[in-house]
Amino acid sequence: MKTTHSDTKGSRLGMWLFLYTEILLFTGLFILYAAYLKKYPIDFIEGGKELSLFFGAVNTVILLISSFAVAASVTAIRKQSAKLSAGLIAAAVMIGGVFLFNKYIEWGQKIHHGIYPNAPDLVNGPPGKNIFFGLYYVITGLHGLHIIIGMILLCVCVFMILTNRIHEGNDGVLENCGLYWHLVDIIWIFIFPLLYLIV
Amino acid sequence: MTETDSFFETPAPAGYKGIWSWLITMDHKRIALMYLFVILFWFFGALILGLLIRTELMSVGKTIMGAQTYNAMFTLHGVIMIFLFIIPAIPAIFGNFLLPIQIGADDVFFPKLNLLSWYLYILGSIFAISSLFFGGPPDTGWTFYVPFSVSTNTNVSATLMAAFILGMSSMLTGLNFITTIHRMRVKGMRWLQIPLFTWSLYATAWVQLLATPILSITLLLVVFERMFAIGLFDASKGGDPLLYQHLFWMYSHPAVYIMILPGMGVISEIIPVFSRKSIFGYKAIVASSMAIAIAGSLVWAHHMFTSGMSDVAVFVFSLLTFLVAIPSAVKVFSWISTMYKGSIQMTPPLLFSLGFIYLFSVGGLTGLVLGAAGTNIHVHDTHFVVAHFHFVMFGGTGFAFFAALHFWWPKIFGRMYDFKRAYVAATMITIGFIFHYMPMFILGIMGHPRRYYDYMPRFETGNMLAGIGGYILITGIALMFVNLFLSFKNKRDALADPWGGTTLEWSVPSPPPLHNFVSPPEIKDYPYDFSDVVKKFKPGNIT
Repeated sequence: MKTTHSDTKGSRLGMWLFLYTEILLFTGLFILYAAYLKKYPIDFIEGGKELSLFFGAVNTVILLISSFAVAASVTAIRKQSAKLSAGLIAAAVMIGGVFLFNKYIEWGQKIHHGIYPNAPDLVNGPPGKNIFFGLYYVITGLHGLHIIIGMILLCVCVFMILTNRIHEGNDGVLENCGLYWHLVDIIWIFIFPLLYLIV
Repeated sequence: MTETDSFFETPAPAGYKGIWSWLITMDHKRIALMYLFVILFWFFGALILGLLIRTELMSVGKTIMGAQTYNAMFTLHGVIMIFLFIIPAIPAIFGNFLLPIQIGADDVFFPKLNLLSWYLYILGSIFAISSLFFGGPPDTGWTFYVPFSVSTNTNVSATLMAAFILGMSSMLTGLNFITTIHRMRVKGMRWLQIPLFTWSLYATAWVQLLATPILSITLLLVVFERMFAIGLFDASKGGDPLLYQHLFWMYSHPAVYIMILPGMGVISEIIPVFSRKSIFGYKAIVASSMAIAIAGSLVWAHHMFTSGMSDVAVFVFSLLTFLVAIPSAVKVFSWISTMYKGSIQMTPPLLFSLGFIYLFSVGGLTGLVLGAAGTNIHVHDTHFVVAHFHFVMFGGTGFAFFAALHFWWPKIFGRMYDFKRAYVAATMITIGFIFHYMPMFILGIMGHPRRYYDYMPRFETGNMLAGIGGYILITGIALMFVNLFLSFKNKRDALADPWGGTTLEWSVPSPPPLHNFVSPPEIKDYPYDFSDVVKKFKPGNIT
């Protein structure tokens, strides 16, 4: 049959190509960031100081741990311990939830202080600061959306492991979903210094 | 049901009948035909819009519609023609149908993703239609330039989302093609044995993959601007509208190569077949496809010479633009050299291809007038640009699409059409085309701006002539499609190889069976070896 070829190398190639497109999606925003950083360096540094380094650092560590869990789960499935693998993925999903919770608190604080798109304080303040926080919301918002998509994919993986549709010798889906999660992670690794460590 | 029954008789997945055997199919040939169906629908719609625009412009002042309707019409004409017709036309229809067969595979690598791309295309279409009926049709032009696209009250967001979704569909098709070409070539086919049409799709797929995400994020940002008024492109809030133009053209200039490269691939297949002669410079054509894909990604700012850039940037982008002309010219030289001393068999596909070479050359050379920084200032945003663009896109890709339709029609449907009517149609289309767009070059040099609803009386003669040409053009296109559709009355008796082609699709029955190849395909050392064809086909025996 034509639909049942199992060429994992091929499907991984497809996944990598897809990941390039995701990176390029964020590249558009990074280009804007670069152009505006050159235009408003002082305002960007001021903006960076207002972001909580604590939240940013915690979220970075959190995502790295979750990436480790996902990587470990692929190894686990290859060593035929499906339960451990499913557990590790479930843990990664929960850690992703913690990331989103932190983001929620962080956004909440900012909005409480009158920093949100089209807020009077921002619009009437220095233009560079408005742009900095505009980019902050767009970049972290889009990244958060990717976290949610990644969590959904990982949940599907847990389900497929428990119903024995992912097992040793057929772990292509798990590996590709894992790649997606690592991508979300690595994009954050770029976002963190750009927004939080600019000072 | 036997293995040699055509794919029309063999639904995949098996057991479904009627409309369901199409809507949930994963067969690349059925998906290609579903694309053909919807893409033609949009093509006809946008043709009518275009004709109405030109009718409005045939005389000074109001002719048949008001200014706001006119703005909506040229926007929709552009959006539909670009995102719903030219970008998907050749890759999604002929690429889907032929790419797997040309490399000896039984399907694309991700059949489900292929079907998903079709549904994304339909979803994008629905967004495009809905923008017509809710909140007023968009009036920004297909380029969605800020600040107007952010401040206008019409329903631009729906159109932006349509373009976003269609971009995703095209990107996934590209991803599918690259993976297919890398992983599913029949054993024994090396890279330099791949047919040129597939090579052109490979180059296109990389551009689709690498350029589309930039457009996606740019369009999303405009939607965000309309929803949240962030100010990223709003000068009063610290943003820079020029950055929108940069991001937009970073995709949209490579996108014109997404549009033209598959067309060039079609021509590279047709010319050698009807010259009975191996393609001149196979490797040069392959290399030039890749060179166009790479160099074409670095020239975007030549759309912005008058928008405000440093002189250095203008110089660099102008120089790069001239460099892209070299690989394009390599192809034109190769096609012409292929015909030189060939044994030429005139057929409708070849006539369209000859039209392509001539019209595309005019389009390409006038592109250099626009790419040179000095002359660009004079003709920027005039009808000269409109004429140039249509010579390349319509005279180029459009004619290649027509040529592909005539070349592969017997392969896809197993039915041959009437040659005489096809020749008449092709001639009418070419003459109408020249009458339609040539006056626009002159109008542009005289200073007639593009997109304006009204103009000064001295431009009236040119616009009137263009309008008449437009009607000849449309009549020719109508005749062409009537002729093609009339072939359905004929018996399904087309030969497996009616033309004397050498690539793999001509070795399978017309229409092909479900799994494409009944016996394992035989790979020739070189895909364009006509020594057997010359023996088999005597001159003039194609009817």
